[in-house]
Amino acid sequence: MTTQTETHSQIAVEVSGLKVNALQDGSGPNIVVLHHSTGPGWIPFYDLLAQNHTVTAIDMPGYGQSERPVWARHPRDIAIMLHSAIHKMGIDTDANLVGMGFGGWVAAELACMHLHGLDSLTLIGAAGVQPDEGEIADVIFYEFEEYVKLGFSSDEAYADIFGDEAAPELKELWDFSREMTARLTWKPWMFNRQLPHLLTELETPTLLLWGENDRVVPHGVAEVYDASLPNSRLQVLEGLGHLVELEDAQATADAVIAHISS
Amino acid sequence: MFIGYFTERPYQDFESGWVGATGREIEDLGMTNGDYDPRIGAELYNRYLDEKVYAEEMGFDGLMLNEHHSTPFCMGGVMNVEAAILARITKRAKIVLLGNVLPIWEDPLWLAEELAEIDMISRGRLVTGWVRGTGRESVAHNSQAPFNWERFQEAHDFVVKAWSTPGPFRWEGEHYQYRYVNPWARPYQEPHPQIWIPGVMSRNTVKWCAEHRYPYVMLATEIEPTKKSFDYYDEVAQENGYEASTEHHGYLFKVHVDETEELAEEAGRKYISGPANPFLEGNQGTVRSNLQNLPGLTSRTQLLPTVSTFAAAARGRQEEQKAALAEKEAETDKRDADAFGTYEEQVNKYSIITGTPKTVIPKIRHVLEELRPGNIFFWDGDGAMNHDDAMRSLRLFGEEVIPAVREMGKELDLKGAFEVNTLTGDPMSGD
Repeated sequence: MTTQTETHSQIAVEVSGLKVNALQDGSGPNIVVLHHSTGPGWIPFYDLLAQNHTVTAIDMPGYGQSERPVWARHPRDIAIMLHSAIHKMGIDTDANLVGMGFGGWVAAELACMHLHGLDSLTLIGAAGVQPDEGEIADVIFYEFEEYVKLGFSSDEAYADIFGDEAAPELKELWDFSREMTARLTWKPWMFNRQLPHLLTELETPTLLLWGENDRVVPHGVAEVYDASLPNSRLQVLEGLGHLVELEDAQATADAVIAHISS
Repeated sequence: MFIGYFTERPYQDFESGWVGATGREIEDLGMTNGDYDPRIGAELYNRYLDEKVYAEEMGFDGLMLNEHHSTPFCMGGVMNVEAAILARITKRAKIVLLGNVLPIWEDPLWLAEELAEIDMISRGRLVTGWVRGTGRESVAHNSQAPFNWERFQEAHDFVVKAWSTPGPFRWEGEHYQYRYVNPWARPYQEPHPQIWIPGVMSRNTVKWCAEHRYPYVMLATEIEPTKKSFDYYDEVAQENGYEASTEHHGYLFKVHVDETEELAEEAGRKYISGPANPFLEGNQGTVRSNLQNLPGLTSRTQLLPTVSTFAAAARGRQEEQKAALAEKEAETDKRDADAFGTYEEQVNKYSIITGTPKTVIPKIRHVLEELRPGNIFFWDGDGAMNHDDAMRSLRLFGEEVIPAVREMGKELDLKGAFEVNTLTGDPMSGD
């Protein structure tokens, strides 16, 4: 089902008896984007990508307007559902998959089961593997607004986007989203010990895009991805935090487009 | 009337500055156990056990224990060990566990076996009780918060079946799986010990408790919200085809008795000057709200709208979200410690009752008349109170207060859960 919203097309398909919702804009080669654990929302970064591509921003099952699979217990369950969803949406061939943070983990899982269907993969500050040193920031030790602040290189950068204190409605979105995340990852927190082994079969050209000052997902995670993937490249965006696409949408879009075009 | 004794067994290190007016701030899950001294722990564990034995001698019907984790305000991380010791060294009093934190047990069969063993060693004096735990407990034992309520219910169903259905049987549940359930140790009491549920305000726990006809014990809540909670219990009981009565209602409240009014006030002030539980009435402490609001501890199931921009998040859904927030606030135990007020304010609203028997007894009567609980627990010997404080109070409880309260119980017709069977409404023999 496709309907036109104010600015974007809304797509809804049914997977495992549940509605999976997405927003779509632009024209050209397909880019599928998967959001962070804090939840979905159409952001300026997507507009930049949509200038020469068809961008489909999916609400991962259990987030935003996509219904909750109450039985899901692992990001891989979500990846399997999305594998089916992008097929039903007709965007699973020659697609460029972009995953951010927790959505990057789901994208990596999805890529492992869709080995020959992707033109490219971009993992932005992706969770999913255990770093050799340090740990992925744990939301349960933070007030969740503080957790989102951690996603920026500085409190000032956070305030530029959300103000000194985010709107209650936005906090509600984050709170709602983190519940779904906590249903999918808990022990271990934010990684899958099996994934590095499975990634070795993934030939898809992969860009690992990290903010220089990522305080949520340490660079050690990127290094494990880079060591596991046969065809990957690590690019660091100077001065940015975890949420590079919010802090500098243009630089992030430029890096992604360059990767896709190459 | 059932009259029990409780102390939370705080870890008191007088030299560390964690007790007394000059105490360092105690932040929940914000302290290292590198500061813990097992020699102090050894003295305190033995002291609290000695006080329980004396409480039995002084005539209390029940000795209540509770369980918290990774915190100095309660040393009962492994409450069942204390209960097992009490089972052996006491003779008459019920051992009331309020309660084991069910969702954090990865292996509730082990819990079923432990409790059965305690029930046997005590020759049928165990009252078991179960809680969901606070966020602290989920963090300390890394139990997945969104499944806390599901795990509570499934673990309950499993333990009750393990106690009451001859094995072996198989259990393939959502959260617990066993291929061979056949615990050799079974409870002394048939079919199993009474189950009491302690709590604060959580509506879904009250509802579940009333549906099971289990006594619900309100933990040191203010009088008005306690009444409302009991009213809600009674309402659910009616919906389930029975009339709830005093035996279904329990109340824990702070009462300290002393030889003079001066001593009573001095000791009473210690309730709030020790390493106190920051979550309940009669305390002051530092609550970390993120621990009380773990993701999914209170579930939200409604969908959120997909939004065009972050700034427009949830546009048009504000009313729905306000309702969700109100529900969340009602269901979580998130409390502002400062809101509990000063010592004087807490005394004025009956959150702390302290005095000589002459002044304490009328205040207890006021609480009993207002709430009409058939099962009560006096919370004493806590905070910065020392052994002498606790023992003076216990003696006076035995000599003057308990006999008077028993008379009140008869006069006000407050029957406890060992006088009337909460499951059937039938009279019991009293033991």
